[in-house]
Amino acid sequence: MIVGSIAGIGAGLAAIGAGIGIGSIGGKAMEGMARQPEAASKIQTAMLIAAAFVEAVALFAVVVAFLGTGQVN
Amino acid sequence: MDLSHIFNSKKIFSISFCAVLFSILSFSAFSQEHTAADTAHAETSVAHAEGEEKDEDISKVILHHIADSHEWHFFGHVSIPLPVILYTEAGLVTFLSNKFGHSDDGTQLIEADGVSLVKYHGKYFYPVLPKNDHGTYIQYDSRGDILNAKPFDISITKNVVSLLISVTVLLIVFIGIAKAYKTREGKAPKGLQSILEPIILFVRDDIAKPQLGYRYKGFMPYLLTVFFFVWLNNLMGLIPFFPGGANLTGNIAVTMMLALCTFVLTTVNGNKNYWGHVFTPHVPWWLYPLMIPVEIIGLFTKPIALMIRLFANITAGHILILSLISLIFILKSVLVAGIAVPFVLFISVIELVVGFIQAFIFTILSALFIGMAVEEHAEH
Amino acid sequence: MTLLALNPLVSPDPGLFIWSTVAFLILFFLLSKFAWKPIVQALDERERSIEDALSKAEMAKAEMAKLISENEDLLKEARLERDNILKEAKEIKDQMINDAKDQAKAEGAKLIELAKTEINNQKLAAMAEIKNQVSTLSIDIAEKVLRKQFEDQNKQQALVNDLLKEVKLN
Repeated sequence: MIVGSIAGIGAGLAAIGAGIGIGSIGGKAMEGMARQPEAASKIQTAMLIAAAFVEAVALFAVVVAFLGTGQVN
Repeated sequence: MDLSHIFNSKKIFSISFCAVLFSILSFSAFSQEHTAADTAHAETSVAHAEGEEKDEDISKVILHHIADSHEWHFFGHVSIPLPVILYTEAGLVTFLSNKFGHSDDGTQLIEADGVSLVKYHGKYFYPVLPKNDHGTYIQYDSRGDILNAKPFDISITKNVVSLLISVTVLLIVFIGIAKAYKTREGKAPKGLQSILEPIILFVRDDIAKPQLGYRYKGFMPYLLTVFFFVWLNNLMGLIPFFPGGANLTGNIAVTMMLALCTFVLTTVNGNKNYWGHVFTPHVPWWLYPLMIPVEIIGLFTKPIALMIRLFANITAGHILILSLISLIFILKSVLVAGIAVPFVLFISVIELVVGFIQAFIFTILSALFIGMAVEEHAEH
Repeated sequence: MTLLALNPLVSPDPGLFIWSTVAFLILFFLLSKFAWKPIVQALDERERSIEDALSKAEMAKAEMAKLISENEDLLKEARLERDNILKEAKEIKDQMINDAKDQAKAEGAKLIELAKTEINNQKLAAMAEIKNQVSTLSIDIAEKVLRKQFEDQNKQQALVNDLLKEVKLN
């Protein structure tokens, strides 16, 4: 039996997008670090900030999913 | 930023050890509460299909766990009552939350200081008389929203107690460290001082200086306070028993307050360039009607994003851990614990890292926004 | 707002908001006054003192290196000086020895010369003496012989004859 809502599917789709985004951020950051190990710490900071922005989008979707499923009763 | 001094192998080991401890304890604490809630529910439940009721029950228990409450639950039926402070039509009403029993389903009228109230799902409402078909004093509209009026609730809830504990801990720890700096002036740091000094330096050198440049000094107190407040509360949220357990940074009111502080700081410190960028953006004049509203909305989306990011990250982590444990109850087999508990352990370790990273992200983004506001020349 | 009110999870609770604001502001003011100010100051102070100490050490090191090189220079100079002095002394000594030798040789030669002349003089004197004596002796002897010879007249005659013969021969 499947219980859930359309909002859940939406959140899942957002998670796919964010996953791709964070994956490419991480991958590119690794590439950059491999190319320039001396800039690794700077790349790491920038990577974390960028990942946080992308992640926020997925979390907005999760919050929207909460909004839709919030029947108190 | 170099995190290697924080994530070195010795610390990883101790972190994972603590995580094992926490996950085992959280498992036991959760299971106890679950059974308690289960029995409570069983007493009052109306006829529902068995399986459906179970599923709904578990999501309710999870939401109950991450929500605020008027008592601090320990285990089984042991919990400490917390003071309820309500600003009602008849003035301030205060009483301990267990004074009128543990009724939480809106069926029982409470007469406190001459004001009649009803408690429903952890919140106090003014009753709608007479009782409805379900025997409660709650009235719904067609969409299932509660129509009852609410008194203004400024109770010392579980989150407030947790907040006060964390504030006390922060005050004791950091004022103690400040004293240590005075008494051991010019000497190498020792004890707690040497543990926290690299983190203070991390906030200064990796967060404040790169974003704020030479103006970092004035914003250091705010950034340090926010960083340690968020970090400590993230970590305390991961502790499943008494001093922790409250989902404080996963509560939108708290993150809203923090984001509002950053917003106030950016707005107050915004210089001519910052406001110039908002009201006279570098675009052809005929785009102004489009760009100015966008820029103004941008002012508000930044703190809102900060608020949602922290709230959703921490809440999602808690829901994830609780859901994994709930698998045992959904699938009704102890054997699932063999898979669920290692997973919970894994997620808990990740949450420890997330707790740090979110504190870092919140602080660095605050610094970034403030830095944008105080920047002397617009870059684009 | 009705949408936000749907889920208790995403609707901020005003009570908690007020409490957290109050608590956070109190925390912020207390910490910034009693904790962050002294801590940040102490850290800055320490960093500055470490920097100072490092720069001072660097300076001392440079000074030391300078001193050492100066010392070395001095030493080198001194060594050179010593060598020079030694060389000069040796030269002087050699010269003195040579001079002394030459002088001694000259003196010796002079002495030898003197001695030679003396010896010659003495020899000459001695020869003269001997000649004198021999002449007197021979005169004596000749006198005596003559006396004896000329005791008889004949013999005197004969001799005169002989002598005369000899003179003729000459």
